[in-house]
Amino acid sequence: MASYALFLGCVIPARQPNYELSARKSLAKLGIELVDLANMTCCAPPPVQSIDLETSLAVAAYNICLAEEADLNLITLCSGCFESLSMANVTLKADEQLKAKINRILSQAGKEFLGSREVKHYLQVLMDDVGLKRLKQSVSKPLNNLKVAAFYGCHALRPSELLKLDDPERPSLLENLIETLGAESVEYRNKLKCCGGLLRGYSDDLALNLAREKLANTTKAGADCIATLCPFCFVALDIGQIQVKAKFQETYDMPVLHYSELLALALGIDPKELALQTHKIKTDKVLNKIS
Amino acid sequence: MEHEREEKTISLAFSDVVKSRLGGETITLCYQCGTCASSCPVAKITPRFNPREIIKLSLLGEKDEVISGDAIWLCCSCFNCQERCPQKVEIADVIYALRNIALKEGFIPNIYSEFASTLLNDGRIAKVSRFVENKRPALGLPPLQPTGVDALRKILSATGFDKLQQKKEGV
Repeated sequence: MASYALFLGCVIPARQPNYELSARKSLAKLGIELVDLANMTCCAPPPVQSIDLETSLAVAAYNICLAEEADLNLITLCSGCFESLSMANVTLKADEQLKAKINRILSQAGKEFLGSREVKHYLQVLMDDVGLKRLKQSVSKPLNNLKVAAFYGCHALRPSELLKLDDPERPSLLENLIETLGAESVEYRNKLKCCGGLLRGYSDDLALNLAREKLANTTKAGADCIATLCPFCFVALDIGQIQVKAKFQETYDMPVLHYSELLALALGIDPKELALQTHKIKTDKVLNKIS
Repeated sequence: MEHEREEKTISLAFSDVVKSRLGGETITLCYQCGTCASSCPVAKITPRFNPREIIKLSLLGEKDEVISGDAIWLCCSCFNCQERCPQKVEIADVIYALRNIALKEGFIPNIYSEFASTLLNDGRIAKVSRFVENKRPALGLPPLQPTGVDALRKILSATGFDKLQQKKEGV
């Protein structure tokens, strides 16, 4: 059984039990053990990087140290965490001087970054430790007839030099994982464009403009739902629909599900166990179509 | 005469300041081709943001305009530009470096102040309320492990982040 230190981050435990439940239950069913380590903190994502990059590297490295001490690789559910932790892990492994500088900071907290561990997005874990073949065999309730708009968001793919998840301009990983569940992955315009999530709170107008475009394009393509990989994208597109409606008088009623939620449903996990009521846009349309 | 006057007010050292900071190292590689601007989802919907323009102004030494303006805060950190830059300018990282400089000089949007306070107080940038935490068992979630707030505060103190926060609160 493969074991990973789960890096849960902030937004998921604060607001998205639907994400955490679906990920924990699906991964357990697929034989991936998630270990919850004590004393983790914020990953130091773009908002913290914007304040001070050196601090963000040190904070991310501190969290990696905890996984190093437990002799485990890290698994992330949030793309923001994936990007921040990978940035520190890859950068510090490659730059001895910077590593020494960050380690001087970490010594204040009694830690030393060694660079002995990997940071993985859960999609990478699905590919590396389960594989499409076994995943397909594990599907007990295929999502037949469901048209899914794959949405990678930004920080699962870019900067690709650090993340190495897939081709940043022509990815296929998420589409393959969607089709393995029996669903159809639908193409839509500007699929790789940002959801605007990180502009929320600073410029809601611009953020909603970007979310609106995503909703319009996926609707036009005939998608039954959008599949996301990141809690920020989920907020931008799910709660975002209510704000888009208020601002532009446009109703999309487009369910937004994390890929892990689609995975859990396909693995036969009872929808009642998945806290689907967390969604602002009801998921009934999706459940009806696959039942 | 106009030309002379301009030379005196321009501080070319600003590009060196940016270049010497974490994230800013690649700024001087820019040859202003505009691939960044044409790849930018924000530049497509507003004239308020153009990554090529931000780099140009920084290279020309227009420090005040760059760090006091709102443009640097409108980058959505999507990394499209950085991915495509033919000169390998790490544009999104350069913008982080510019934001870091802006903040040190007291220019900080409220939302970032809030992020910093929450981080210092709770060890997370989104607080997990007691109400949400108490609901976990009923939902079938394991208890949350304690957050490493003490260790985090030591790190934030070692980098001076906690003092940046005090400075902001004084603004």
